Amino acid sequence: MKLTLEFGGGLELLCDSVKIHHVSVEPQDGEQKLTMKHLLSWVRTNLIKERPEMFMKGDSVRPGVLVLVNDCDWELSGQLDTSLEDKDVVVFISTLHGG
Amino acid sequence: MESDGGSDAYEIRQKIETLKASKNDIERQISALDAQLQRINNNENNHIKTKEKVNSNDSSSSLTLENNGSFDFGHGLASDMIYRYSRQLLLPSFGVQGQANLLKSSVLVIGAGGLGSPALLYLAACGVGRIGIVDHDVVELNNLHRQIIHGEAYIGRSKVESAAAACRAINSTVEIVELKEAFRTTNALDIVRKYDIVIDATDNVPSRYMINDCCVVLGKPLISGAALGLEGQLTVYNYNGGPCYRCLFPTPPPTTACQRCADSGVLGVVPGVIGCLQALEAIKVASYVGEPLSGRMLLFDALAGRLRIVKIRGRSLQCEACGENEALTEEQFREIDYEIFTQTSLSTVPLKLNLLPVGSRISSKEYRERVVKGEVHVLVDVRPAHHYKIVSLPKSINIPLPSLEARLPEITSALVNKDDSKNASIDSNVSLYVICRRGNDSQRAVQYLHKMGFSSAKDIIGGLESWAHDVDPNFPTY
Repeated sequence: MKLTLEFGGGLELLCDSVKIHHVSVEPQDGEQKLTMKHLLSWVRTNLIKERPEMFMKGDSVRPGVLVLVNDCDWELSGQLDTSLEDKDVVVFISTLHGG
Repeated sequence: MESDGGSDAYEIRQKIETLKASKNDIERQISALDAQLQRINNNENNHIKTKEKVNSNDSSSSLTLENNGSFDFGHGLASDMIYRYSRQLLLPSFGVQGQANLLKSSVLVIGAGGLGSPALLYLAACGVGRIGIVDHDVVELNNLHRQIIHGEAYIGRSKVESAAAACRAINSTVEIVELKEAFRTTNALDIVRKYDIVIDATDNVPSRYMINDCCVVLGKPLISGAALGLEGQLTVYNYNGGPCYRCLFPTPPPTTACQRCADSGVLGVVPGVIGCLQALEAIKVASYVGEPLSGRMLLFDALAGRLRIVKIRGRSLQCEACGENEALTEEQFREIDYEIFTQTSLSTVPLKLNLLPVGSRISSKEYRERVVKGEVHVLVDVRPAHHYKIVSLPKSINIPLPSLEARLPEITSALVNKDDSKNASIDSNVSLYVICRRGNDSQRAVQYLHKMGFSSAKDIIGGLESWAHDVDPNFPTY
């Protein structure tokens, strides 16, 4: 299925400074649905070019990263269990502290 | 002759500086006295007004202006206030009630920097009753591109004094409280207690957790803004049952993920936009108008020209600050060490690593002596390319640290080219020096070079900053 992935707050630096990625990701073998858990590992393998520890911790994102599925905090849709649909927009954004 | 001219110019500059400083002091005293006078006048007028009311039995007086020029319409706005704020009073959704609420409110702005500057200017201009400003920093030349409340005349002086003078110049009827101190757990509760709303305009992780927790303990809404590079973020925490900062970020980020404006850069107008929006949210909360940005977050991408507002999680019952079971107390708050919790120092002094043995390091002065003596050497500058373009030492070659591994052959060939004996080896007699901005990355680079066999590589202690400080005062710093 086709997804739009966006990186911000400095996370784009981990993927060649490209902020918006139009990608095609299929559910894991034997699964009906594509979950955020699978998408994260797909992103780590296919998009993250350096310092993966700046993006992930364990099987989730590192502290300080907000994940938004269609402009909505993934905490509200089941975090890693969130299931994705065609044309969904997933945003990964690092919280900023500067001022 | 030339040296006489130089010392004359120096003396004149000194005199100008001294005069400027006394001019600023006088201006500040005048603005403080103006504000004091305004308050006395207001009190006297109110006093006369009450007296007149008591004395007056003449029914015709109800159609004439009272002594201070205000009808009593129940909102308490004197005629000069009606005129000053008229364009806001004309807004049906804000109106005189919104203004009256604003005049009665108090806002604490923590940080008079890139975010605080525009926030403070708008808060003072729009007529917030009392504004507190906390900062312990002084104004520096490299602040001015974004910290627009400060001017050149205040360089080297307290940001709080500078910001307070600017606010008073715009609106002498607003009470400005100057807090020239660092915001710490020891003074936080006593400061925040006196205000209705808090604006977080700081620039570091430990302060953000500290301010959040303090606001939770005291039940104050927190207008939180942040900006870096070309992006900004904004939300309202701890408002009307909404989430707090810890609900969103229970665990602090790794220190390596926390970039600072001093390292990563920031376009001045970006914190400007976010600071203005912080003022707007504070005005909404203070005047009870509109829907504050609680449970939502605004994300601003200046380069793409995009603002998006996303829905964030609600208050977390498990939150360590505002959760149901473990609500934080004042005593607990005072005990928290935010530097340990976030593994980040509250001080802005840059990190100084010490990775190498003394023999593998030389001072910038010593490096200069060797250059003057004509020592054959190669100087590698490991800063990012966009730093190198700002300024660099002559004949240095730029190999940014992340690409060092891939570009080792360039170093080898530079050494070979300089070596008269054409002794094609990385152990040649040609010296190899490494420099960066402050002397941390150069040590990392030398460590790696040693591992790869460039055993004579040395780092220049303190980098280009020490070169500018100890060798060439005209060398630009950034």
